[in-house]
Amino acid sequence: MTSLIIRAKELLENKTVQVVIGYEAGPTGVARPAFITDPAKAESLIYDERCVQNLAVYLTKREVKNIGKMAIVATLPVMRSIMMLISEQQLFADNIVVLGISADGKLLDIADNKVMQGYIEKSDLSNPEKYKGLLTEFNKLSPEEKFLYWQKELSKCIKCYACRQACPMCYCTRCTVEVNQPQWIPVKANTHGNMEWHILRAMHLAGRCISCGECGRACPVGIPCHLLTMHLTDQVYNYFKVYAGTSEKMSSVLSTYEPNDKESFII
Amino acid sequence: MSDFEPKVVAFVCNWCTYAGADLTGTSRIKYASNVKIIRFPCTGRIDFMLLLKAFANGADGIIVSGCHPNDCHYTSGNFHAKRRWIMFKELMDFMGVDMNRVTFSWVSAAEGAKWADVVNTTVTKIRELGPYVSYKELVNKSVEEEVKND
Repeated sequence: MTSLIIRAKELLENKTVQVVIGYEAGPTGVARPAFITDPAKAESLIYDERCVQNLAVYLTKREVKNIGKMAIVATLPVMRSIMMLISEQQLFADNIVVLGISADGKLLDIADNKVMQGYIEKSDLSNPEKYKGLLTEFNKLSPEEKFLYWQKELSKCIKCYACRQACPMCYCTRCTVEVNQPQWIPVKANTHGNMEWHILRAMHLAGRCISCGECGRACPVGIPCHLLTMHLTDQVYNYFKVYAGTSEKMSSVLSTYEPNDKESFII
Repeated sequence: MSDFEPKVVAFVCNWCTYAGADLTGTSRIKYASNVKIIRFPCTGRIDFMLLLKAFANGADGIIVSGCHPNDCHYTSGNFHAKRRWIMFKELMDFMGVDMNRVTFSWVSAAEGAKWADVVNTTVTKIRELGPYVSYKELVNKSVEEEVKND
Protein backbone atom coordinates (compact mmCIF):
# COMPACT_ATOMS: atom_id res chain seq x y z
CA MET A 1 0.00 0.00 0.00
CA THR A 2 1.97 2.93 -1.26
CA SER A 3 -0.31 5.62 0.20
CA LEU A 4 0.20 4.09 3.65
CA ILE A 5 3.99 3.98 3.21
CA ILE A 6 4.11 7.59 1.98
CA ARG A 7 2.01 8.79 4.89
CA ALA A 8 4.06 6.83 7.45
CA LYS A 9 7.32 8.13 5.99
CA GLU A 10 6.01 11.69 6.08
CA LEU A 11 4.96 11.39 9.73
CA LEU A 12 8.35 9.99 10.74
CA GLU A 13 10.39 12.45 8.65
CA ASN A 14 8.76 15.60 9.99
CA LYS A 15 8.90 14.10 13.50
CA THR A 16 5.12 14.24 14.04
CA VAL A 17 5.44 10.74 15.49
CA GLN A 18 8.35 8.71 16.76
CA VAL A 19 6.97 5.27 15.93
CA VAL A 20 4.56 3.83 13.41
CA ILE A 21 2.83 0.63 14.50
CA GLY A 22 1.83 -1.41 11.48
CA TYR A 23 2.23 -4.77 9.78
CA GLU A 24 5.19 -6.17 7.87
CA ALA A 25 5.73 -9.50 6.16
CA GLY A 26 7.65 -11.95 8.31
CA PRO A 27 10.20 -14.45 6.92
CA THR A 28 7.56 -17.14 6.38
CA GLY A 29 5.15 -14.76 4.70
CA VAL A 30 2.81 -14.23 7.63
CA ALA A 31 2.04 -10.66 8.61
CA ARG A 32 3.62 -9.61 11.88
CA PRO A 33 3.48 -6.37 13.84
CA ALA A 34 6.14 -3.82 12.95
CA PHE A 35 7.33 -0.86 14.98
CA ILE A 36 8.92 1.54 12.53
CA THR A 37 11.06 4.33 13.98
CA ASP A 38 13.30 4.99 10.97
CA PRO A 39 11.65 6.69 7.94
CA ALA A 40 13.83 4.63 5.59
CA LYS A 41 12.26 1.43 6.91
CA ALA A 42 8.69 2.57 6.26
CA GLU A 43 8.94 0.71 2.92
CA SER A 44 8.40 -2.59 4.69
CA LEU A 45 4.86 -1.68 5.82
CA ILE A 46 2.12 -3.79 4.29
CA TYR A 47 -1.62 -4.00 4.48
CA ASP A 48 -3.54 -6.92 3.00
CA GLU A 49 -5.87 -9.75 4.06
CA ARG A 50 -3.10 -11.35 6.13
CA CYS A 51 -3.09 -8.38 8.50
CA VAL A 52 -5.69 -9.43 11.04
CA GLN A 53 -4.10 -8.77 14.42
CA ASN A 54 -5.58 -5.99 16.56
CA LEU A 55 -2.55 -3.71 16.93
CA ALA A 56 -4.20 -1.55 19.59
CA VAL A 57 -2.94 -4.05 22.16
CA TYR A 58 0.53 -2.45 21.88
CA LEU A 59 -0.68 1.06 22.65
CA THR A 60 -0.78 0.41 26.38
CA LYS A 61 2.57 -1.41 26.51
CA ARG A 62 5.27 0.57 28.28
CA GLU A 63 7.98 -0.46 25.79
CA VAL A 64 6.02 1.12 22.93
CA LYS A 65 4.68 4.12 24.85
CA ASN A 66 8.21 5.09 25.91
CA ILE A 67 9.33 5.56 22.29
CA GLY A 68 7.17 8.68 22.02
CA LYS A 69 4.20 9.74 19.98
CA MET A 70 2.64 6.84 18.09
CA ALA A 71 0.94 6.36 14.75
CA ILE A 72 -1.04 3.18 14.23
CA VAL A 73 -2.45 1.34 11.25
CA ALA A 74 -6.07 0.99 12.31
CA THR A 75 -9.00 -0.96 10.96
CA LEU A 76 -12.43 -0.44 12.53
CA PRO A 77 -11.86 -2.69 15.60
CA VAL A 78 -8.54 -0.94 16.26
CA MET A 79 -10.19 2.48 16.05
CA ARG A 80 -12.84 1.32 18.50
CA SER A 81 -10.14 -0.03 20.83
CA ILE A 82 -8.43 3.37 20.68
CA MET A 83 -11.71 5.09 21.60
CA MET A 84 -12.21 2.71 24.52
CA LEU A 85 -8.64 3.21 25.74
CA ILE A 86 -9.03 6.99 25.60
CA SER A 87 -12.36 6.84 27.43
CA GLU A 88 -10.76 4.69 30.13
CA GLN A 89 -7.83 7.11 30.42
CA GLN A 90 -5.26 4.60 29.23
CA LEU A 91 -4.21 6.72 26.29
CA PHE A 92 -3.94 10.44 25.55
CA ALA A 93 -5.83 11.45 22.44
CA ASP A 94 -3.02 13.91 21.58
CA ASN A 95 -0.45 11.14 21.72
CA ILE A 96 -1.71 9.17 18.78
CA VAL A 97 -2.09 9.50 15.02
CA VAL A 98 -4.53 7.10 13.38
CA LEU A 99 -3.73 5.71 9.95
CA GLY A 100 -7.25 4.48 9.31
CA ILE A 101 -7.94 1.62 6.92
CA SER A 102 -11.43 1.26 5.48
CA ALA A 103 -13.26 -2.08 5.21
CA ASP A 104 -12.09 -2.41 1.57
CA GLY A 105 -8.47 -1.75 2.47
CA LYS A 106 -8.12 1.93 1.50
CA LEU A 107 -6.21 4.48 3.55
CA LEU A 108 -8.64 6.86 5.27
CA ASP A 109 -7.89 10.46 6.05
CA ILE A 110 -8.41 10.64 9.79
CA ALA A 111 -7.25 14.05 10.94
CA ASP A 112 -8.41 13.85 14.56
CA ASN A 113 -10.64 11.95 16.93
CA LYS A 114 -13.80 13.75 15.84
CA VAL A 115 -13.31 12.42 12.31
CA MET A 116 -12.60 8.96 13.72
CA GLN A 117 -15.74 9.11 15.85
CA GLY A 118 -17.74 10.08 12.79
CA TYR A 119 -16.30 7.14 10.86
CA ILE A 120 -17.05 4.69 13.70
CA GLU A 121 -20.61 5.96 14.07
CA LYS A 122 -21.26 5.43 10.36
CA SER A 123 -19.98 1.84 10.47
CA ASP A 124 -21.79 -1.36 11.42
CA LEU A 125 -20.78 -1.98 15.02
CA SER A 126 -22.51 -5.31 15.63
CA ASN A 127 -20.52 -8.54 15.77
CA PRO A 128 -18.67 -9.59 12.60
CA GLU A 129 -20.88 -11.36 10.05
CA LYS A 130 -18.98 -14.66 10.29
CA TYR A 131 -19.78 -15.02 14.00
CA LYS A 132 -23.40 -13.86 13.94
CA GLY A 133 -24.73 -17.11 12.46
CA LEU A 134 -22.65 -19.17 14.87
CA LEU A 135 -24.08 -17.24 17.83
CA THR A 136 -27.66 -17.66 16.60
CA GLU A 137 -27.12 -21.39 16.07
CA PHE A 138 -25.50 -21.78 19.47
CA ASN A 139 -28.32 -19.97 21.25
CA LYS A 140 -30.76 -22.58 19.91
CA LEU A 141 -29.08 -25.37 21.94
CA SER A 142 -30.59 -26.58 25.21
CA PRO A 143 -28.91 -25.54 28.49
CA GLU A 144 -27.56 -29.08 28.98
CA GLU A 145 -26.04 -29.12 25.50
CA LYS A 146 -24.46 -25.72 26.10
CA PHE A 147 -23.01 -26.82 29.43
CA LEU A 148 -21.51 -29.96 27.87
CA TYR A 149 -20.20 -28.00 24.89
CA TRP A 150 -18.34 -25.52 27.06
CA GLN A 151 -17.08 -28.29 29.33
CA LYS A 152 -15.60 -30.04 26.32
CA GLU A 153 -14.09 -26.84 24.93
CA LEU A 154 -12.77 -25.49 28.22
CA SER A 155 -11.19 -28.80 29.23
CA LYS A 156 -8.63 -28.01 26.49
CA CYS A 157 -7.61 -24.69 28.06
CA ILE A 158 -4.00 -24.68 29.22
CA LYS A 159 -4.27 -21.36 31.09
CA CYS A 160 -1.69 -19.63 28.91
CA TYR A 161 -3.80 -16.44 29.05
CA ALA A 162 -3.14 -15.68 25.40
CA CYS A 163 -6.77 -14.52 25.20
CA ARG A 164 -5.96 -11.90 27.81
CA GLN A 165 -2.63 -10.86 26.28
CA ALA A 166 -4.10 -10.45 22.80
CA CYS A 167 -6.97 -8.30 24.03
CA PRO A 168 -6.47 -4.52 23.81
CA MET A 169 -9.00 -4.02 26.60
CA CYS A 170 -7.19 -6.38 29.04
CA TYR A 171 -4.51 -3.90 30.04
CA CYS A 172 -4.49 -4.33 33.86
CA THR A 173 -0.92 -4.72 35.02
CA ARG A 174 -2.17 -6.88 37.87
CA CYS A 175 -4.90 -9.20 36.65
CA THR A 176 -7.25 -11.01 39.05
CA VAL A 177 -5.61 -14.31 38.09
CA GLU A 178 -2.28 -13.07 39.43
CA VAL A 179 -3.84 -12.27 42.79
CA ASN A 180 -3.57 -15.10 45.30
CA GLN A 181 -5.21 -13.64 48.39
CA PRO A 182 -7.89 -14.67 47.76
CA GLN A 183 -7.11 -17.08 44.95
CA TRP A 184 -10.15 -16.53 42.76
CA ILE A 185 -8.92 -18.62 39.87
CA PRO A 186 -6.92 -21.81 40.50
CA VAL A 187 -3.43 -21.69 39.01
CA LYS A 188 -3.67 -25.20 37.60
CA ALA A 189 -5.59 -25.86 34.43
CA ASN A 190 -8.69 -27.94 35.20
CA THR A 191 -12.06 -27.76 33.51
CA HIS A 192 -13.85 -26.09 36.38
CA GLY A 193 -11.14 -23.51 37.03
CA ASN A 194 -10.86 -22.84 33.30
CA MET A 195 -14.57 -22.17 33.19
CA GLU A 196 -14.27 -19.74 36.09
CA TRP A 197 -11.47 -17.94 34.28
CA HIS A 198 -13.43 -17.59 31.06
CA ILE A 199 -16.51 -16.36 32.93
CA LEU A 200 -14.37 -13.81 34.75
CA ARG A 201 -12.76 -12.65 31.53
CA ALA A 202 -16.08 -12.31 29.74
CA MET A 203 -17.65 -10.44 32.66
CA HIS A 204 -14.74 -8.02 32.89
CA LEU A 205 -15.14 -7.34 29.16
CA ALA A 206 -18.92 -6.97 29.24
CA GLY A 207 -19.75 -3.65 27.62
CA ARG A 208 -16.07 -3.09 26.81
CA CYS A 209 -15.49 -5.75 24.17
CA ILE A 210 -15.15 -4.23 20.72
CA SER A 211 -15.77 -7.53 18.86
CA CYS A 212 -12.40 -7.90 17.17
CA GLY A 213 -12.26 -11.63 17.92
CA GLU A 214 -8.58 -11.53 18.85
CA CYS A 215 -9.05 -13.72 21.95
CA GLY A 216 -10.38 -16.62 19.92
CA ARG A 217 -7.74 -16.15 17.22
CA ALA A 218 -4.94 -16.07 19.78
CA CYS A 219 -6.08 -19.25 21.53
CA PRO A 220 -3.51 -21.99 20.82
CA VAL A 221 -6.00 -24.80 21.47
CA GLY A 222 -8.87 -23.26 19.53
CA ILE A 223 -11.39 -22.46 22.25
CA PRO A 224 -13.99 -20.10 20.74
CA CYS A 225 -13.75 -17.82 23.76
CA HIS A 226 -14.61 -14.79 21.60
CA LEU A 227 -18.18 -16.12 21.44
CA LEU A 228 -18.58 -15.38 25.15
CA THR A 229 -17.62 -11.73 24.86
CA MET A 230 -19.46 -11.33 21.57
CA HIS A 231 -22.62 -12.76 23.10
CA LEU A 232 -22.33 -10.17 25.86
CA THR A 233 -21.75 -7.45 23.26
CA ASP A 234 -25.06 -8.49 21.69
CA GLN A 235 -26.80 -8.48 25.05
CA VAL A 236 -25.34 -5.10 26.06
CA TYR A 237 -26.85 -3.66 22.91
CA ASN A 238 -30.10 -5.51 23.53
CA TYR A 239 -30.51 -4.13 27.06
CA PHE A 240 -28.68 -0.82 27.06
CA LYS A 241 -28.55 0.12 23.37
CA VAL A 242 -24.86 0.93 23.31
CA TYR A 243 -21.82 -0.41 21.50
CA ALA A 244 -18.40 -0.10 23.07
CA GLY A 245 -15.81 2.24 21.61
CA THR A 246 -18.04 4.78 19.91
CA SER A 247 -16.87 7.93 21.67
CA GLU A 248 -14.01 9.05 23.87
CA LYS A 249 -16.45 10.31 26.49
CA MET A 250 -18.51 7.17 27.10
CA SER A 251 -18.26 5.23 30.35
CA SER A 252 -18.46 1.47 30.18
CA VAL A 253 -21.82 -0.17 30.69
CA LEU A 254 -21.10 -1.89 33.98
CA SER A 255 -19.56 1.18 35.62
CA THR A 256 -22.66 3.27 35.05
CA TYR A 257 -26.42 2.79 35.27
CA GLU A 258 -29.82 4.17 34.36
CA PRO A 259 -32.51 4.18 37.06
CA ASN A 260 -34.95 2.62 34.61
CA ASP A 261 -32.82 -0.32 33.44
CA LYS A 262 -35.24 -3.10 32.50
CA GLU A 263 -34.98 -6.70 33.66
CA SER A 264 -37.57 -9.38 34.31
CA PHE A 265 -35.97 -11.78 36.76
CA ILE A 266 -35.62 -9.81 40.01
CA ILE A 267 -38.55 -10.54 42.32
CA MET B 1 -33.50 -38.55 46.69
CA SER B 2 -36.34 -38.29 49.19
CA ASP B 3 -34.02 -37.19 51.98
CA PHE B 4 -32.48 -34.42 49.89
CA GLU B 5 -32.13 -31.18 51.83
CA PRO B 6 -31.21 -28.25 49.57
CA LYS B 7 -28.25 -26.11 50.54
CA VAL B 8 -29.08 -22.51 49.75
CA VAL B 9 -26.63 -19.64 50.19
CA ALA B 10 -28.06 -16.14 50.48
CA PHE B 11 -25.92 -13.11 49.65
CA VAL B 12 -27.71 -10.15 51.19
CA CYS B 13 -27.02 -6.48 51.79
CA ASN B 14 -26.51 -5.20 55.30
CA TRP B 15 -28.99 -2.36 55.13
CA CYS B 16 -32.16 -3.86 53.72
CA THR B 17 -32.38 -7.62 53.30
CA TYR B 18 -30.25 -8.48 56.32
CA ALA B 19 -32.42 -6.21 58.46
CA GLY B 20 -35.47 -7.65 56.71
CA ALA B 21 -34.37 -11.19 57.58
CA ASP B 22 -33.88 -10.00 61.15
CA LEU B 23 -37.45 -8.72 61.14
CA THR B 24 -38.66 -12.11 59.90
CA GLY B 25 -37.12 -13.60 63.03
CA THR B 26 -38.37 -11.00 65.49
CA SER B 27 -41.83 -11.30 63.92
CA ARG B 28 -41.69 -15.05 64.68
CA ILE B 29 -42.35 -15.95 61.05
CA LYS B 30 -41.21 -19.51 60.37
CA TYR B 31 -39.25 -20.24 57.20
CA ALA B 32 -37.05 -22.94 55.70
CA SER B 33 -33.82 -23.48 57.63
CA ASN B 34 -31.87 -24.49 54.52
CA VAL B 35 -30.60 -21.01 53.92
CA LYS B 36 -27.20 -19.74 55.02
CA ILE B 37 -27.13 -15.96 55.06
CA ILE B 38 -23.95 -14.08 54.21
CA ARG B 39 -24.01 -10.37 54.95
CA PHE B 40 -22.44 -7.83 52.60
CA PRO B 41 -22.07 -4.08 52.91
CA CYS B 42 -24.09 -3.56 49.72
CA THR B 43 -25.37 -5.53 46.74
CA GLY B 44 -22.80 -3.62 44.72
CA ARG B 45 -20.17 -5.59 46.65
CA ILE B 46 -21.56 -8.98 45.62
CA ASP B 47 -19.04 -10.15 43.05
CA PHE B 48 -20.26 -12.68 40.48
CA MET B 49 -17.28 -14.87 41.44
CA LEU B 50 -18.84 -15.37 44.88
CA LEU B 51 -21.85 -17.00 43.24
CA LEU B 52 -19.60 -19.32 41.27
CA LYS B 53 -17.65 -20.19 44.41
CA ALA B 54 -20.91 -20.98 46.22
CA PHE B 55 -21.85 -23.48 43.50
CA ALA B 56 -18.32 -24.89 43.50
CA ASN B 57 -18.48 -25.46 47.25
CA GLY B 58 -21.69 -27.43 47.09
CA ALA B 59 -24.58 -24.96 47.09
CA ASP B 60 -27.68 -26.19 45.26
CA GLY B 61 -29.30 -22.79 45.15
CA ILE B 62 -28.38 -19.15 45.66
CA ILE B 63 -30.36 -16.10 46.74
CA VAL B 64 -29.02 -12.63 46.00
CA SER B 65 -30.98 -9.85 47.63
CA GLY B 66 -30.68 -6.19 48.52
CA CYS B 67 -32.43 -2.85 48.79
CA HIS B 68 -35.15 -1.89 46.34
CA PRO B 69 -34.04 0.50 43.57
CA ASN B 70 -33.76 4.07 44.89
CA ASP B 71 -33.41 2.76 48.48
CA CYS B 72 -29.69 1.94 48.42
CA HIS B 73 -27.81 3.14 51.49
CA TYR B 74 -25.00 4.16 49.14
CA THR B 75 -27.42 5.67 46.60
CA SER B 76 -26.47 3.60 43.56
CA GLY B 77 -24.93 0.26 44.62
CA ASN B 78 -28.02 -1.71 43.72
CA PHE B 79 -28.36 -0.05 40.31
CA HIS B 80 -24.82 -1.10 39.47
CA ALA B 81 -25.57 -4.57 40.83
CA LYS B 82 -28.68 -4.80 38.67
CA ARG B 83 -26.67 -4.21 35.47
CA ARG B 84 -24.07 -6.72 36.60
CA TRP B 85 -26.72 -9.37 37.28
CA ILE B 86 -28.37 -8.80 33.91
CA MET B 87 -25.03 -9.45 32.20
CA PHE B 88 -24.13 -12.33 34.49
CA LYS B 89 -27.46 -14.04 33.91
CA GLU B 90 -27.07 -13.71 30.14
CA LEU B 91 -23.56 -15.14 30.27
CA MET B 92 -24.60 -18.04 32.50
CA ASP B 93 -27.54 -18.85 30.22
CA PHE B 94 -25.11 -18.83 27.29
CA MET B 95 -22.79 -21.25 29.09
CA GLY B 96 -25.60 -23.53 30.24
CA VAL B 97 -25.29 -22.89 33.96
CA ASP B 98 -28.73 -23.38 35.54
CA MET B 99 -29.94 -19.91 36.48
CA ASN B 100 -33.25 -21.31 37.78
CA ARG B 101 -31.23 -22.05 40.88
CA VAL B 102 -30.40 -18.42 41.48
CA THR B 103 -33.06 -16.10 42.89
CA PHE B 104 -32.51 -12.37 42.62
CA SER B 105 -34.77 -10.23 44.75
CA TRP B 106 -35.27 -6.88 46.41
CA VAL B 107 -36.27 -7.19 50.08
CA SER B 108 -36.46 -4.07 52.21
CA ALA B 109 -35.91 -3.85 55.98
CA ALA B 110 -39.69 -3.73 56.45
CA GLU B 111 -40.45 -6.82 54.36
CA GLY B 112 -39.92 -9.62 56.87
CA ALA B 113 -42.77 -11.60 55.38
CA LYS B 114 -41.41 -11.20 51.86
CA TRP B 115 -38.03 -12.59 52.97
CA ALA B 116 -39.69 -15.71 54.38
CA ASP B 117 -41.58 -16.02 51.10
CA VAL B 118 -38.45 -15.62 48.96
CA VAL B 119 -36.59 -18.26 50.96
CA ASN B 120 -39.51 -20.70 51.00
CA THR B 121 -40.15 -20.34 47.26
CA THR B 122 -36.46 -20.83 46.47
CA VAL B 123 -36.11 -23.87 48.73
CA THR B 124 -39.25 -25.47 47.26
CA LYS B 125 -37.93 -24.85 43.74
CA ILE B 126 -34.51 -26.32 44.56
CA ARG B 127 -36.17 -29.30 46.22
CA GLU B 128 -37.97 -29.98 42.93
CA LEU B 129 -34.82 -29.44 40.84
CA GLY B 130 -32.78 -31.72 43.11
CA PRO B 131 -29.08 -31.38 43.91
CA TYR B 132 -27.00 -29.53 41.33
CA VAL B 133 -25.40 -32.74 40.08
CA SER B 134 -23.93 -31.49 36.79
CA TYR B 135 -21.98 -28.67 38.47
CA LYS B 136 -20.79 -30.93 41.28
CA GLU B 137 -19.64 -33.50 38.72
CA LEU B 138 -17.70 -30.80 36.89
CA VAL B 139 -15.93 -29.79 40.11
CA ASN B 140 -15.17 -33.39 41.09
CA LYS B 141 -13.95 -34.22 37.61
CA SER B 142 -11.58 -31.26 37.80
CA VAL B 143 -10.10 -32.55 41.06
CA GLU B 144 -9.50 -35.91 39.36
CA GLU B 145 -7.88 -34.16 36.39
CA GLU B 146 -5.43 -32.49 38.75
CA VAL B 147 -4.50 -35.76 40.45
CA LYS B 148 -3.95 -37.33 37.05
CA ASN B 149 -1.76 -34.46 35.84
CA ASP B 150 0.43 -34.37 38.93
